[in-house]
Parts: sequence; structure tokens; C-alpha cells
Amino acid sequence: MTLRATVALTRGTLDLDVSLDLAMGQTVAVLGPNGAGKTTLLRALAGLQPLIRGHVTLDGEVLEDVAAGTCRRPEERSIGVVFQDYLLFPHLSALDNVAFGLRCRGLARPDARRRAAGWLERFGLGDRLAAKPGELSGGQAQRVALARALATDPRLLLLDEPLSALDASTRLEVRRELRRHLASFPGVRMVVTHDPLEAIALADVLVVLEEGRVVQTGTPADVTARPRSRYVGELVGVNLFRATGAGDRVVLAGGETLQVPGAWADDVFALVHPRAVSLHRREPEGTPRNVWKGTADSLDREAERVRVRVGGPIPIVAEVTPAAVADLALADGGAVWVSVKATEIEVYPA
Amino acid sequence: MTARVRATTAGVPVAAVAVAALGALFFLVPLAGLVWRAPWSGLLDELGDPDVREALRLSLVCSLGATALSLVVGVPLAWVLARGRFPGRRLLRALTTLPMVLPPVVGGVALLLAFGRRGLAGQWLDQWFGVRLPFTTAGAILAETFVAMPFLVLTAEAGFRSADERLEEAARTLGARPWTVFRRVTLPLVTPSLAAGAVLAWARALGEFGATITFAGNFPGETQTTPLKVYLLLESRPDAAIVLSLVLLAVSLAVLVGLRSRWLGSA
Repeated sequence: MTLRATVALTRGTLDLDVSLDLAMGQTVAVLGPNGAGKTTLLRALAGLQPLIRGHVTLDGEVLEDVAAGTCRRPEERSIGVVFQDYLLFPHLSALDNVAFGLRCRGLARPDARRRAAGWLERFGLGDRLAAKPGELSGGQAQRVALARALATDPRLLLLDEPLSALDASTRLEVRRELRRHLASFPGVRMVVTHDPLEAIALADVLVVLEEGRVVQTGTPADVTARPRSRYVGELVGVNLFRATGAGDRVVLAGGETLQVPGAWADDVFALVHPRAVSLHRREPEGTPRNVWKGTADSLDREAERVRVRVGGPIPIVAEVTPAAVADLALADGGAVWVSVKATEIEVYPA
Repeated sequence: MTARVRATTAGVPVAAVAVAALGALFFLVPLAGLVWRAPWSGLLDELGDPDVREALRLSLVCSLGATALSLVVGVPLAWVLARGRFPGRRLLRALTTLPMVLPPVVGGVALLLAFGRRGLAGQWLDQWFGVRLPFTTAGAILAETFVAMPFLVLTAEAGFRSADERLEEAARTLGARPWTVFRRVTLPLVTPSLAAGAVLAWARALGEFGATITFAGNFPGETQTTPLKVYLLLESRPDAAIVLSLVLLAVSLAVLVGLRSRWLGSA
């Protein structure tokens, strides 16, 4: 069972053009900053947003095809959606919420309720069947929303920021549970999120979406090891530069060059971990090939490390110890020399 | 002034307080007058009078009929106004609110010209169906609906607007077709608004005078609702008029009390 979709549409300032190929048996997380088009993509797959161009085919069945002029309405698609705010029906109990989809598909009320009760018990909510959504905790509401989406045995499961409405302490535990439930879901499943931790924790495949376009696809390990966009680079916490190879050097966008290992031509990414960046108050002598003068702009304390943003010809982030910050009086700002060993720069094709 | 009064009016100029007091009196004195002049000893006798009871019965029938008609026609109208996107929507909303500001007697005249025996629509009703509306109970119901329905439509429209459309989307993703969405999701969410709108419409219908007397006339047992009866009895049997007025006043107060949380806010 697969989902093949080409989704092209415009909505306000968003211009979305995405092609997806999702197989069953793996959780795909669509990760991107706010405004990237993730939720719009999800809504388009659910049939809540019409396409301008493209098609959506689930398990060989055409759900939408603009060229052919066909479009199945959401109620005719075999989908289950968990919305960001859960959108549980406030006037129905948890049991009736979960039974809702079953009853819409023709099941009599007692049967629907029995199946719904089974789902809720599987989620550990057997004692909260009669509770109204307003009486449930965040974690409980999330589970009811998931049960409601799964109860109709959909072939495509879509989750829109499933954990964002939870507070930090509940989130971890619910995330673990969610991963388990997703793994046991037999259909195609797609999670949309702006939280990289959530994406990496839940996903088997990561799709990075930026400004309506897919910029990178791969396993979480691949994507984080070799980011292909500034957004992911920042998420992962590394310095990422787009450059053109020129032999043993690469030329950055501003014209500056970095000495790198190997020989490169064409477009490349150059990745420098902040740990590999050294800071000095005077021009250093030594083996590092990449040395320049910049200014210490700002400091970010994170546990026992400090990230220093250095402005200059090549803006870069360095990671140093608090002691080093004190020694060099970096908090005062001012001129600072940067050095990066060529061997510490990882280059890969763009 | 006591400390409490001083505390509550602190910051408000004395002149404003004085005028406000006059305003309050303006509303209180007439009501007080009604209560004071009421024939409390003969109250039950007056209420037992067949004429009086006929008027009350007719009022009940007509106002409930008008409310039912308002619900049947008004709810879909409110739904369309709240959710529809079509040119002329604002004009339609203006039209449905017009009876709220139109002088009721003018409404009655308009109804006559529309549904009278030689009226715009009335002539066809007469020719094709033999239906005559003016000066009948049905006509009274129509007149009351004309003035009362806007109250329902406005309240219901606000209710539909405030119902979260995303819940309807959620219902659709679960497989609910449009009618099911309306019946199982939207309607339960707007029922409080509909109920409040229906009560308002009913109260308005109950009190209608100008349109009723113009379009339906003043026939006892057929179209002589309570307000019309009060007007008639004021000369001949003022005590009975006062008793009927008290009944209507009590109903109005009950409506106000019942809807206080909705209408009067957090005051």
C-alpha cells in the first residue's frame, strides 16, 4: 500500500509544490518551519484543500486528479486525521467521539460503542469512556483523538503536530506511546511537525519542507549528518555553508574561501561543527588553514557550553567553555580571530 | 451617602449619577404604577373571565405558531447567512433585519398589500388554493412571524458563526456527509443560541400589536390576541386590561431572567 501524490496549490502567500511517495510500514515525518506548507500539505491529502495541479493516489485508488477532474471529498476517503488541537466534539463523550466515525460508516450504535470502547481500553482510557473532552487531560485528549482516527481502520493516517498542544513533561511519555502505536498501524502514516526532536523521534523517513518545496529527504540520521538547508543546519546546531568547489578550496556565497580536504568542483555544502571552531584574541599562528578576523556578536549559554556567534566575512558559530569565555572576555564583544582546521570541514555534494 | 454607594459611584461625576437616577425612575415608575393599580383582590376573577382567557389562549397559540414558523424558516436562513458566500449576502441580511426597525403597523400594511386578497402574492393564494390570510388566525401568526423571525435569525446566525468550522472538518474526515455533519455536530453546538433566539422570537411575537391589528384585524377568538384585548379593554374594563398587562409583564420578566446570562453579560 502506498501513497503517491503530487500536490501543487497556492494559498495566500504559500506556493506549495511537493511530490511524495509514502510506503506503508514506515512513519514519514514532514518537518519544516512555520509557514512552510506542512499543514496545507496535510489538508490537501485529506481533501480539505483543493489542488490546483497534481494528483493523490492511495493504494492504487485515485483520490484526486486535477487533470481528470476527479476529486473525492474527505468523507469519501479512507483517512484518519489527528488535528493539532485534537478537535474532539465537545458535546460528545470520549466513547461517542471515538464511535463517531464508525457510526458514520453505518455501524449501529451499540456495535460502534463496543468497538470504540475496545480502542479506548487499548489506549488505557477504559475508565474515562463517559468523560467529556473538557474533562480530559492533554495526554488523554490526544489519545482519544488518535483512537478516534484509528477506529475506522483508515488506510492513510495523518497527524498534524500531534504533540504540540502538550506540556513538556507529558510530551516525552506521549511521544514514546505514539511511536509504539504508529509502528503497529498497518497503513500509510504521515506526521507533520515543526519540532525536530519530535520528527527525529517518530520518523523512519524525514521529509524537510521549506517554503513549499521539499529540500531534503532521508532517514533522520542521514538528514542530521548531512543537512542540505540552513534550516536543518540550524536545527541540528551546525554551521552549514553553500559553496562552489575550486580544487582544494570552496568558494562561499560572499566570495570568501575555505580550505577543505579533498578536491571539489560544482556545488557543495560545507559543514563545520561549532566545536571545531577556535577563537583567539590575537592572530593565531599554527596549522589551521582557515583563519580570519571577526567580531564576537552574541553568546548563548547551553548547559556547560557557550555558543558564540561571530560576525565578519564568514558568519560562524563557535562552541567554547564558559572558562574560555571568561579568559578571553568574550562577553565584552569586540574583535576576535577565528580558526578552523581544514580537516574539520565536511564537504559533500549539494 | 453610605460608604457602599460612595464606593460604587466613585469616579463618576455627580451630575451623571443624578441623571442616571432619573433614567432609572423613568423605567421604574410606569412598572410600579401597573403593579400599584392592579386589582389584586379581584385578580383571579378577572383571569377567569372567558373573554380574557380567550385572548390569552389565542396569544399562546399564535405566538407558539409564529415561533415554530420562525424556526423552520429562520434556521436554514441563518445557516445560509452565516456560512454562505454569495453576492447579495449583506443585502439579504439587511432585509431579514428590516422588520426589527420597521414600525409594526407599516409591516401590517405591507403584509396586506402582499398577502391581501388582491395582494401581490395573496391573489394567487386566493385563486389557486382558496387561501385567505388577512383577518384570520393564520394571518395573525404570519404577522407575528414577520416581526419576530429577525430575532431568531440574528441570534442563530451568531451561533452558527461561533461554531468552530474545524469541528465540521474533523467530522468530514471521519466520514460524515453534510447532513450528518449538520445534525450531529453543528446543530448540537448551536442549540443554546437557537433556544435563546426562539425565546426572544416568542416574546416578541407575544407582544406584537401593530402588525397584527392591521393585517389580522381585531376579531375575538380569531385574531384578538392579548395586546389587542388590552387596548380594547382599557376604556370599558380597565381592571381586566391591567390584569392582562400584568400577565404580559410577568412573561417579559421571566424571559429576561431566563436569558440574563446571555443578554446582560457579567453585570
